Amino acid sequence: MNFGLDDDQRAIKATARELLTDRSSPERVRAAAEARRIDAALWGELRELGWPGIAIGEAWGGQGLGVVELAVLLEELGHAVAATPLLGGALAGLAIEHAGSDEQRARWLPGLASGEITGGFGRAELAVGEADADVFVLLDGASARVLAAADATVEPLDAIDPTRGYARVGGDGEPLPGPAVADRAAGALAAELVGVCQRALDMTVAYVKERRQFGVPVGAFQAVGHRCAEMLLHTEAARSAAYFAAWAADAAPDRLAEAAGLARVAAGDAGRSVTGSAIQAHGGIGFTWEADVHWLFKRAQLDSALLGSASAARIALARAARR
Amino acid sequence: MDLTFSERETAFRDELRAWFEANDPGPEPDTEHAHYTWRRDFQRRLYEAGWAAPHWPVEYGGRGATLTESAIFFEELGRARAPLPANVLGLLLGGPTLMAWGTEAQKERFLGPILSAEEIWCQGFSEPDAGSDLAALKTRAVRDGDGWTVTGQKVWTSGAQHAKWCMLVARTDPDAARHKGLTYFLMDMEQAAVQVRPLRQITGESEFNELFIEGARIADEQVIGGVGNGWKVALTTLMNERAGLAFFLQVRLRQLLDDTIAVAAEHGLLDDDVVADRLGALHVRTELLRLTAYRGLTAIERYGQPGPEGSLTKWMWSEANQQLVQLAADLVGPDALVSGTRWSYELLRARGNTIEGGTTEILKNIVAERVLGLPRVRG
Repeated sequence: MNFGLDDDQRAIKATARELLTDRSSPERVRAAAEARRIDAALWGELRELGWPGIAIGEAWGGQGLGVVELAVLLEELGHAVAATPLLGGALAGLAIEHAGSDEQRARWLPGLASGEITGGFGRAELAVGEADADVFVLLDGASARVLAAADATVEPLDAIDPTRGYARVGGDGEPLPGPAVADRAAGALAAELVGVCQRALDMTVAYVKERRQFGVPVGAFQAVGHRCAEMLLHTEAARSAAYFAAWAADAAPDRLAEAAGLARVAAGDAGRSVTGSAIQAHGGIGFTWEADVHWLFKRAQLDSALLGSASAARIALARAARR
Repeated sequence: MDLTFSERETAFRDELRAWFEANDPGPEPDTEHAHYTWRRDFQRRLYEAGWAAPHWPVEYGGRGATLTESAIFFEELGRARAPLPANVLGLLLGGPTLMAWGTEAQKERFLGPILSAEEIWCQGFSEPDAGSDLAALKTRAVRDGDGWTVTGQKVWTSGAQHAKWCMLVARTDPDAARHKGLTYFLMDMEQAAVQVRPLRQITGESEFNELFIEGARIADEQVIGGVGNGWKVALTTLMNERAGLAFFLQVRLRQLLDDTIAVAAEHGLLDDDVVADRLGALHVRTELLRLTAYRGLTAIERYGQPGPEGSLTKWMWSEANQQLVQLAADLVGPDALVSGTRWSYELLRARGNTIEGGTTEILKNIVAERVLGLPRVRG
């Protein structure tokens, strides 16, 4: 039993953290969000690193790594609330590679791997993806389909998270014949939420150490300290579930359904409660546009919606646990 | 990342599982004395097979098990519905504390009888005015010839009625600062100056006691880790407290959850989305506890020190267990509110979970201060 990242995975994490600290600062995220467009310079750098294709097979020009590596990267992108289209393309690529036909793979994977085209992923009523994305993968319950944007109606959504695009997508497309599309994406999506939670916790801890009232840092009050401790508990529990689900997607298909269910519940709940707590712990400042915590809350709402209903996941898990 | 057991770990588990199958602990007895005897006798069977303390080094009678193997041991113990060994405090706390701080002579004298359950240990830390604030303790030990005379009162002393030795922290220098001036002793419980009075719990049973100590004698050879060093030695004991138990408790939680799901199914309630949602939430918490506990082991094995996960498991378990027994009581119906039923016992006993071994409030303070580095939390 080993929950640790290997050297290569740790290198991805360190490289991403270093790059994003510099290139996806709160000022850059704010500028992109207020202009309602992705950070094209940052996206260019991610493409040079080959990260759009991190989990796409080498045969298609990707790096041939797994969902765990994608999760490591997404955790950092979530931590930075990076304004890039990586998520939609990576999840579309994952779905097409593992559930698509040879023809579908050949048509879409090379472009997604290089980042030359972008992709979207979600359901007809809510998908993550830019208005000019080239391909969407949409879930309908347990099945999934792939739609070329040219044959679909893509209606950009003015979502509360303005750091990247979201859309409503109409059209039939073609079915993806393989199984477990939603479950395979769950660990990766959950990992992005874990990064969002970690950033919310980091910002909150720094703030409550700094902000003084009644002559002491507000973090010295138990009511505040306990809130921070609860944020850590939810973040760490979600991290356990996210990496279990990412690992199961790569290595344990028989455990994927359960792991994905755990990730949906743990990360969906943690994402919203931890980022909400961050706003609360920042007090009045936390409710202002100037404080950057709201980007985290908004990203968490959208990521949780993409993960799907936590309640439905809990109900399914309880019934599956019956012996 | 590999969330399966290695070949070696699987072999360890299979060997243990086969042993438990051949050594069925039998049903849990009802009465207190029979319950203690059951636990003591089962520890002896474990001891004779070399399983009493797999996590101890081979030279002291253990198997030198890795952290993961030790976790497997506790999971299998729970899975077999076997009891925690009667001398659980000696095995988990006393032995490791002696190994860290004891002299060769002390290790030679005390470790063997801990393993075999010949000598049961109890823990004399808390006092009526020193619960979460351990450094406020008042029990005095005064130098007296070639030994010490101890006077004071201890409380919440589990298993004191069966114990031969008490891990006792007492004040030896009343003029020193709070954390200094404390010394860690092993006190012989078999003397008239030590009176044990059982405390009756809300369940009606008595797992723990008050100790009244009126001039008890402790020989100099029974000081552990040196005079005035008691705080540090006590921290070693407390650090060991939560390591392996989380896995045993997680398995017990899983069993109780499975039984509750079975009750819901029997009553046709699993088809009710509201009930299934609540049970599913507890399923998630139960499985997250196991994953997080294993993540904590990875952190220790790879980086030599526990990550934040280690501070979270007791907190996660205690709250999940309380919520589960409350839900179970709702699903079982009035029978769960009748004295003497399993479900009413679980409902009441679980209230202790968020208090024993560190209240949830104190655990949150520890996380806030030591993991997150917030200023010392008060008021």
